[in-house]
Amino acid sequence: MNTDIRRRAFLTGATLAGVGALAACTSNEEPPPAAATAPQGAQDAPGKRVTVGFAGPQADHGWLNAITVNARAEAQRHSDVELVVAEGSNDAATQSAQIDALINRKVDVLVVLPADGKQLTPAGRKAMDAGIPVINLDRIFDSPQAYRTWVGGDNYRMGVNAGNYIGQQLKGQGTVLELAGIDTLELTAQRTQGFDDALANYPGIRKVGRAAAEFTVPTGQARMAELLQAHPQFNAIWNHDDDQGVGALQAVRQAGRSDFLMVGGAGSKAAMEAIKSDNSVLKATVLYPPTMAASAVRLARLLGQAKGVSDLAEQEIPASVTTFSAVVTKENVDKYLPVSFE
Amino acid sequence: MNADQAVAPEPARRFSVRLREARNLGLVGVLAVLVLIGALTEPGQFLTTGTVVLVLTQASVIGVITVGMTFVIIGGGIDLSVGAVVALATVWATTRSTQQFGITGIVFTAVAVGVGCGLVSGLLIAYGRLVAFIGTLAMLASARGLAIQLSQGRTQTVTSSNQALVDLGYQDSYVLGIPPLVLIFAAVALVGWLVLNRTTFGRRTYAIGGNLEAARLAGINVKLHTCLLYVLSGLCCGIASVMLIILTSSGTSGNGNLYELDAIAAVIIGGTLLSGGRGTLVGSVLGVLVFTVISVLFTLNNLPTAVQQLAKGVIIVLAVLVQRRASLYSSERTTR
Repeated sequence: MNTDIRRRAFLTGATLAGVGALAACTSNEEPPPAAATAPQGAQDAPGKRVTVGFAGPQADHGWLNAITVNARAEAQRHSDVELVVAEGSNDAATQSAQIDALINRKVDVLVVLPADGKQLTPAGRKAMDAGIPVINLDRIFDSPQAYRTWVGGDNYRMGVNAGNYIGQQLKGQGTVLELAGIDTLELTAQRTQGFDDALANYPGIRKVGRAAAEFTVPTGQARMAELLQAHPQFNAIWNHDDDQGVGALQAVRQAGRSDFLMVGGAGSKAAMEAIKSDNSVLKATVLYPPTMAASAVRLARLLGQAKGVSDLAEQEIPASVTTFSAVVTKENVDKYLPVSFE
Repeated sequence: MNADQAVAPEPARRFSVRLREARNLGLVGVLAVLVLIGALTEPGQFLTTGTVVLVLTQASVIGVITVGMTFVIIGGGIDLSVGAVVALATVWATTRSTQQFGITGIVFTAVAVGVGCGLVSGLLIAYGRLVAFIGTLAMLASARGLAIQLSQGRTQTVTSSNQALVDLGYQDSYVLGIPPLVLIFAAVALVGWLVLNRTTFGRRTYAIGGNLEAARLAGINVKLHTCLLYVLSGLCCGIASVMLIILTSSGTSGNGNLYELDAIAAVIIGGTLLSGGRGTLVGSVLGVLVFTVISVLFTLNNLPTAVQQLAKGVIIVLAVLVQRRASLYSSERTTR
């Protein structure tokens, strides 16, 4: 029996070691992409040391991954900032425990991108009560008492700007489709509402179809292939998310179609490169900048050092900062390429 | 369930084949109703070659995985790791260093990762005596984790020097109007059917799933065979990963999300017993087609996703109820 166990342990050990070795030799050797952020502000001179706690959701792909990358890179740029990152989780209970741990560690400022804003409101409140200012990133807490400052994107305006861009490109005439993200998320509803509101400005434009993918590449390919089959003729499509857009663009190529224009969402590197090379139906993407994470770290640092922001008359950090959902086209893509994500 | 099943004599086997065919009738009926709904609601778009090609292409990736899953479940096991293994294989095959070796490198890596993961699961389950549910659950977690680690959370696209691989998904590559992906699916399904129904390996799979102890007494190397079933499932995942790379031009750790549930659902509504020992590949393939047709039908009719999920659930229940009817009827008739 003993030998049996030993043999089994050996087998397991050997296979695990094999997998590990393989992983080591084929991983990407390219250095992690440096988060490109806007130029430093005037308050950049090193000051009092600030420990910033960061708790985000599981960053397994696309935009969420870019959030963590941006936060880490920004912290590295400041000699007076120490960033303590909690392992990301999509489970509200786990994330709440992580926030507790960061409070116990007595970080100076806390940056939280909650897995679920409603469920994590008590956790934010607890930190605020403990005297730790919370910067609420993107997914909003239920109560303003749970955060000092909110930094996030504008989903509604993403839809508005995508709709207006398409309206102008089509000169107010034609039919459009929508490839949405996960339909159970509030942000998807906001993006769609914005899109519909903007299209209402153009009575000659009709939305004839909509399908929801799941933010993944294969679902983007599948739903797009189905939409193309369902609509042999249309003039434009707005795809909410560039990550699923990789699959969507593939479906367009597979169907051999090029008779319409496509607008993306979020601002991935692949999308911006496609816009720049202008060799596909993708002509633009509306931003939902992951640089908001870098901004949050900067604001956390200033909060910790009790400074205000320059270029505003305010003595204090504002209570909310909303990023702008700019439309990236071939004309301005070079300006935004550095903030794109893989 | 009993020892005769393991060493089934020829006439009894033929009877069980007939029984299984009767079970598939329910599924063919569901498929026919779905096609009828499609033809009535979207007459211009549904009954076209384009839709047929679309359904078969969309079914091909999950279809290949389902072939492997059918073997595992008939053999009395289950493989929860297929989606995660697909994610890991696509990520690994699209890393820069692998892509330097060209298309051969990508294909070889994807298949090798699939087979490797299957082998690890198989060894843990057959020789380490882990329950299949736990062994493959562990593989699910670790493969997904490794995929996130390897890709560093990025969507890795196929480099332009390997464009020829992605070109296989384009219309220029169609063979007599059939996409290569559909041909791969057909080939895998055909080989799977031959192995399951015309070889000793297939008969042993039924025997082990039907009655493990009887199979052992009949002289079957149960451990080796069980291990090979997971290797086979891993191989199918590897092939499916190559197909997914062709379809999406990329590898990400989010790939293959919930494929395990789709594949298991297709196998079960295809009439295979979750407890093992009985089932058909034809049923599984029909199961995959039913799910794909539902998806296409809903997008064609511009219906919301929530309703689609509801319909999927209802159809699973209906298909299983219809099959149970058919099998009850045919078994009553012939056992007396």
